[in-house]
Amino acid sequence: MATQHSRSAARLMMAPAVVLLLGWMLVPLTMTLYFSFKKYLPMRGDSLANGLDWVGFANYTRFLTSSSFWPSVYATLVIVGGVLVITVILGIFLALLLDQPMWGQGIVRILVIAPFFVMPTVSGLVWKNMFMDPVNGFFAHVWRSVGAQPIEWLSQASLPSLILIVSWQWLPFATLILLTAFQSLDQEQLEAAEMDGARWPQRFVFIVLPHLSRAITVVLLIQTIFLLSIFAEIFVTTQGAFGTKTLTYLIFQRVLESQNVGLGSAGGVYAIILANIVAIFLMRIVGKNLDA
Amino acid sequence: MARAVTNRQKTINSLAAWAVGLLIFFPILWIFVMSFKAEGDAIKAPLEVLAAPWTLENYGVVQERSDYSRHFVNSVILAFGSTLLGLLVAVPAAWAMAFVPSKRTKDILLWMLSTKMLPAVGVLYPIYLLFIQLGLLDSRAGLVVVLMLINLPIIVWMLYTYFKEIPGEILEAARMDGATLHEEILYVLTPMAIPGMASTVLLNVILAWNEAFWTLNLTAAKAAPLTAFIASYSSPEGLFYAKLSAASTMAIAPILIMGWFSQKQLVRGLTFGAVK
Amino acid sequence: MGQIQLNQVSKSFGSVEVIPPLDLTIEDGEFVVFVGPSGCGKSTLLRLIAGLEDVTGGHVTIDGQDATEVAPAKRGLAMVFQSYALYPHMSVRKNIAFPLRMAGLDKAEQDRSVAQAAEVLNLTDYLDRRPGQLSGGQRQRVAIGRAIVREPAAFLFDEPLSNLDAALRVGMRLEISELHKRLKTTMIYVTHDQVEAMTMADKIVVLQAGVIEQVGSPLELYQRPRNTFVAGFIGSPKMNLIQGPGAEKHGAATIGIRPEHIDINENEGLWQGTVGVSEHLGSDTFFHVQCNASHEPLTVRATGEMALEYGAEVHLTPRTEHLHKFDVKGLRME
Repeated sequence: MATQHSRSAARLMMAPAVVLLLGWMLVPLTMTLYFSFKKYLPMRGDSLANGLDWVGFANYTRFLTSSSFWPSVYATLVIVGGVLVITVILGIFLALLLDQPMWGQGIVRILVIAPFFVMPTVSGLVWKNMFMDPVNGFFAHVWRSVGAQPIEWLSQASLPSLILIVSWQWLPFATLILLTAFQSLDQEQLEAAEMDGARWPQRFVFIVLPHLSRAITVVLLIQTIFLLSIFAEIFVTTQGAFGTKTLTYLIFQRVLESQNVGLGSAGGVYAIILANIVAIFLMRIVGKNLDA
Repeated sequence: MARAVTNRQKTINSLAAWAVGLLIFFPILWIFVMSFKAEGDAIKAPLEVLAAPWTLENYGVVQERSDYSRHFVNSVILAFGSTLLGLLVAVPAAWAMAFVPSKRTKDILLWMLSTKMLPAVGVLYPIYLLFIQLGLLDSRAGLVVVLMLINLPIIVWMLYTYFKEIPGEILEAARMDGATLHEEILYVLTPMAIPGMASTVLLNVILAWNEAFWTLNLTAAKAAPLTAFIASYSSPEGLFYAKLSAASTMAIAPILIMGWFSQKQLVRGLTFGAVK
Repeated sequence: MGQIQLNQVSKSFGSVEVIPPLDLTIEDGEFVVFVGPSGCGKSTLLRLIAGLEDVTGGHVTIDGQDATEVAPAKRGLAMVFQSYALYPHMSVRKNIAFPLRMAGLDKAEQDRSVAQAAEVLNLTDYLDRRPGQLSGGQRQRVAIGRAIVREPAAFLFDEPLSNLDAALRVGMRLEISELHKRLKTTMIYVTHDQVEAMTMADKIVVLQAGVIEQVGSPLELYQRPRNTFVAGFIGSPKMNLIQGPGAEKHGAATIGIRPEHIDINENEGLWQGTVGVSEHLGSDTFFHVQCNASHEPLTVRATGEMALEYGAEVHLTPRTEHLHKFDVKGLRME
């Protein structure tokens, strides 16, 4: 349908979006890359105007060898992995449950997805203070009422606590996507399988799960990308203490709190590379879907 | 064909689903309840909290002490401003990609999405520095632009999928009927695209409203939206549950309501069309 | 007036040439059907005429004027799309009036034309409905109505009946034919269904891979197919095409014989065969006969009802005066 005239018009119409995003991507990225090879400590008088010292890959090696690096990788992996496992498994069960006929389906669905719309700072603070506070928190009251010693959630069980908070926020997302996938499952396929003698668990394993596999992959990839950069939840709860300093939080501290821009930028480059590895897989799936 | 389900089965399903739903919703419900309790009552055991008298005083205190409405206005400006600005840039782009596709369209779309995957923390300092240089730190204008940019890929993408659903033949029919490009957009495309654009706006307002990396790092007192305002409650001294609850309720209520309307679009917008 | 001429018109998408240069003249008032298997370029050809695609080479002339560079709406043509392409947010009335509104006609004139078209198409009762509330056949009529009101030089139909069920299709086929008789406007109609082509056309253009295989009246094509492709494509059931010794006997590489031109007999005949599946239509009976003259089973028509069991031995005799002969290149031999 495209004629020559409409093609050039189309290019013109895309230009603003393309130029803006290109700038948004390239300018800061180049700067980060540049800083990562420099000694840049603004608090100690380094500034762009006076020129920065070239330090080669020193920032990169220092970032990797610093005592905070491996713990931060561990914290990141545990949080991301924990949340992924919880949200996907619970998400499948929840989606399955919500897909059944019931009274008030619409309302139940609203209840389930509500946490997704709660801003991260609110959910972080509310969980921290009103539920996990070892003295006045909801859990502390419950623990005491059964005669148990209240847990100091965010210090004694800091990672599981964060996983709980973040899972609560992301479970709706996984559920909603898996529910959408459930609903697109051809009922006749299930009936055919039933006629072929497959019992319920077999139908679930051989028909339902394969049908869900793509939705699950998409949930995993998208959540991974967002979870790798969770920030506010940690910012308002532990501030990175008690072993909850993720890669993202570590870089944030290096850059803005201790103002070691070169070191932080090197970390930033690592984070970008990491995110890109996940993104490539996601892009493949999305790209395939574009062709269809 | 949906099969008939016995009432007993349906009752069991309903009970289970409602139990799970209420469990998940409980923290929000609890915030809501707490916000109507006196500060001294709010730290009591759950049952005592419920039994305590109800009050509206927290809402007044939050407004007086921390100028809630200013932050609320900031949130509104940032969320709607960035979305509308994004729409302005994205509508022509998505229109072009959907209706005049070329070999590179797919690559451009995927590249746009890939910018969304860029970890914010990786570019934190450059943006921070640019904001200082340009005098944009703690300004609403600067943040509107940043929020627009981080959500632009999603806006373009959603609009693209909606536009894509408008059959090309209809636009050709309009052209055969003598509509100019301008008339085609005005009389045919826009009316058909309005539902899709509305859902796009809705979802992006939600995303921008809840954005909590750039809003925390690039604002101070002046331009801080509700995300940053709530974060100021993370001070360790206790006895503020009720006020935190009141502030939180006000911060999440508008977006919860919008979210309920946009649940269907949520899937499309956040999976980039990979799940339908 | 609606005479359309294509001069060396060609179309390529990138490096793929979908239509090599071709010439074609469509006379004023003719009902021309482009027919061919899917992907043969017939829709592309129609869209080149409409101006929805740019030609890669050559010229499109409408009523003697070069229209190659003219915008679709300015060519004076109206198109009915496969999906009907109705504007879902407008009522039937507004849909039909849309081209008039675009042309800047005043409201009264629009209403008059719409009323007239609605009358012709039996849509008067549905004018205030939305397309979503109409049946497939009604939507089809709205699409035609939108084309009629423009009083175009020619109507272009792009597989307009392919989304309708079989019964409706027959009805709409008649309606479109009748419309043509009444309006006497040039119509170009694209279909992959040769029955539509045979029943509606004054002139059929058979296309394959962007190349015109034959142009002619339905009967010309049926009686004197120019090559084996047209021979096999036009006619239902298909013409039997026989290669090998059976054909060589007649001095041809391929011979063709239509099912109705073979006599079937239980006792004697030229060829010998075994009856496979028989299809009883009441008016006719079709037999699929595996016979010694051909590798493929032959289709044979017997008028009326004739009962032959599966596996029965029969004899077949082609009527030689109806034999089509084709050379090695598949071209008709005279």
